[in-house]
Amino acid sequence: MIRTVNKMELSFPSHSVNESFARGAVSAFILALDPLVTEMNDLKTAVSEAVTNAIVHGYRDTIGTVYISAKILADDRVIVKIRDRGCGIPDIEKAMEPLYTTGGEERAGLGFAVMQSFCDRVRVASAPGRGTTVTLTKQFTRRNDGE
Amino acid sequence: MNLRIELKNGIMSASLRGELDHHTAGALREEIDSTAQKVKPTLLRLDFSEVPFMDSSGIGLILGRIRLMALWGGRVAVAGLSPQLRKMAELSGIAALAALENTEKEVNAK
Repeated sequence: MIRTVNKMELSFPSHSVNESFARGAVSAFILALDPLVTEMNDLKTAVSEAVTNAIVHGYRDTIGTVYISAKILADDRVIVKIRDRGCGIPDIEKAMEPLYTTGGEERAGLGFAVMQSFCDRVRVASAPGRGTTVTLTKQFTRRNDGE
Repeated sequence: MNLRIELKNGIMSASLRGELDHHTAGALREEIDSTAQKVKPTLLRLDFSEVPFMDSSGIGLILGRIRLMALWGGRVAVAGLSPQLRKMAELSGIAALAALENTEKEVNAK
């Protein structure tokens, strides 16, 4: 079991204006790792995708609460959970197919593909009517050789 | 997010500025489309040089404009992608549908 160095939790209403707040908050949290800009941008992008999914799909016709928890592990891995209590995903495999979207013409259907490509691991747990939890894991490059 | 639109010789250039996500894409889309539908340019050039962050909503924005421009046979070109944005563009396969301009080439041409 690898030690947790730091952790945080936040929640906010699913207004789309909070998409930038959410990814900004996670970026600020991981700054303590002194991350490479590209790695930080990758995680920031993946968080933006997951939060947008919660807002656009989870809480499609309503405003609900989006929950984020994040932790930094001693081996410089970052784990971010994005959770909603929205409508859930009936078929996760289908939802994760690139280009599949139920979001209409202006959505590219790339959310999960981006998360998978920009993180090391993406786990999705969902139950119709109960909500969805997306867990993103990303290994950051170790820059401090102390410890 | 803000937007600057220039029209010249049937080319419509739209320079985007700020972070591009689902929240900011809506207003941009409306502004770009209302001008494009009036002018019906032969080429719509989307310039991302001042976009420090974009998620897949940016790809949705580009795809939607390709669809719109196709209504009158117009094309879309995408310029000024940073390495991070380019990574997203490559993942989406959008290069098959729109010309991705090379940033260095542009700089040298000036």
